[in-house]
Amino acid sequence: MTRYFTKDHEWISVEGDVATVGITDYAQNALGDITFVEVPEAGKALSKGDTAAVVDSVKAASDVYAPVGGEVLEGNPALEEAPELVNTAPDGEGWLWRQSVADAAELGDLMDEAAYAAYIAEL
Amino acid sequence: MSDTYNIEEAETPETLILPLDSWHRERGGRMVEFAGYWMPVQYEGIMAEHLWTREHAGLFDVSHMGQLYLAGEGLDAAVEALLPIDLSTLKVGRQRYSLLLNEEGGVLDDLMVTRWNSGLYMVVNGATKWDDIGHLREYLPDEITLSHLEEAALLALQGPEAALALASLGLTPAQPQIVAVDELGFMQSGPYLWNGVEIHASRSGYTGEDGYEISLPAEHAAAFADALCAHPSVKPIGLGARDSLRMEAGLPLYGHDLNEQIDPISAGLTFGINKRRRVEGGFPGAERIQAALAEGTATKRIGLTLQGRQAAREGAEVYHGEEKVGVLTSGGFAPSLGKPIAMADVPAALATPGTELFIDVRGKKLPAIVTPMPFVPHRYFRKGAA
Repeated sequence: MTRYFTKDHEWISVEGDVATVGITDYAQNALGDITFVEVPEAGKALSKGDTAAVVDSVKAASDVYAPVGGEVLEGNPALEEAPELVNTAPDGEGWLWRQSVADAAELGDLMDEAAYAAYIAEL
Repeated sequence: MSDTYNIEEAETPETLILPLDSWHRERGGRMVEFAGYWMPVQYEGIMAEHLWTREHAGLFDVSHMGQLYLAGEGLDAAVEALLPIDLSTLKVGRQRYSLLLNEEGGVLDDLMVTRWNSGLYMVVNGATKWDDIGHLREYLPDEITLSHLEEAALLALQGPEAALALASLGLTPAQPQIVAVDELGFMQSGPYLWNGVEIHASRSGYTGEDGYEISLPAEHAAAFADALCAHPSVKPIGLGARDSLRMEAGLPLYGHDLNEQIDPISAGLTFGINKRRRVEGGFPGAERIQAALAEGTATKRIGLTLQGRQAAREGAEVYHGEEKVGVLTSGGFAPSLGKPIAMADVPAALATPGTELFIDVRGKKLPAIVTPMPFVPHRYFRKGAA
């Protein structure tokens, strides 16, 4: 399983044909207490950069963009009752949606873990 | 090149530093620009800070607000010409909410007025203080001196354990007739000595909770804040929780729920027009305000409770059925209620509690119910009520 990162602080983990997407610990920390998450519905077609989810914190609502194109397989059903999972487990249980990867070449534009760590160290 | 640099500097005013700036940073305060100052928006998190304030006591730095002192011959009459306040009933040590109005009765600012021994002390909003000072200087007669107390910090200690915490500092009344600080009633104030430093404490605030607002010399503010935070009931609280607390308390925020186009009657601030003044007038915009009192207003500021968990924010459009009827003036998640709330200005016919409206958030119409304010009951310390 390989995990990639965007400059907008999404992560995408690819395992076979299925990718899982969430926001990074850096992002959840910046957003603060998350009170509501709107996840995409299964079957929704995403192009790279499309707004796929909305994360609502006490401070503001933030768009979450699709790191790569594909079709949504499912939104994380746990977030409806427990949106705070995005705060407490952004890398795990707080994932936002699963999707297919239409074009694996798009993953090549993303950062790996080391590059992302260097990127946020500069912010 | 240096000339060019200076011009750019002048066009982009520098964000100013408040007396407790390093104090906030040392405690992990996340600093943002607000009203021209660097201020802490949060420390450990808005939700936790909000709930801590409702259960214990929160310390807020509100030194960005304008602290003014007015004195001089004919002061009361001069101030009554600008504010709809009745100063004939404002005794020494009493505080009252009032409004700075323009000629059309629109709200230039909302403020607190306290009678000190020889003059009037006012606290005005940070974002509007320079305009307020300009307005007051222009319209007050020359006999009245207006001092901007720029060397004073302003702290708010809010929450059910605020009185316990403040009393633990061993403040002594600075004048014989002043009661102990925990015996002050809501909207009463007085001078106290803390380690030989004179401070002014008033029993008031902006959270709906019991608590105090404390004016003190800026050079002693950090030591005072340290002394308060040494009490187990007290934690520093940022601007984020200040906003969610005041929304739950149904209190309007200037520049959002109030502005120059909104009259105080539609905003639900009739109590800010004191009774004698409602009858006698004699303040800016009196005719329009008296008409609004007699005939009602076309719109009203209302509270809304959203039905789901998704919040709606300032600027979101409000619908009654298919018809757009207003916009949100404030909105966000209410930590003490566990659901989103909002305020809006809507036609008076739709202001009845229970009315179902819809708020457009990103093209989705979220159902919301008109709700009486405050959303969370006020818990002010009223003497004789305990």
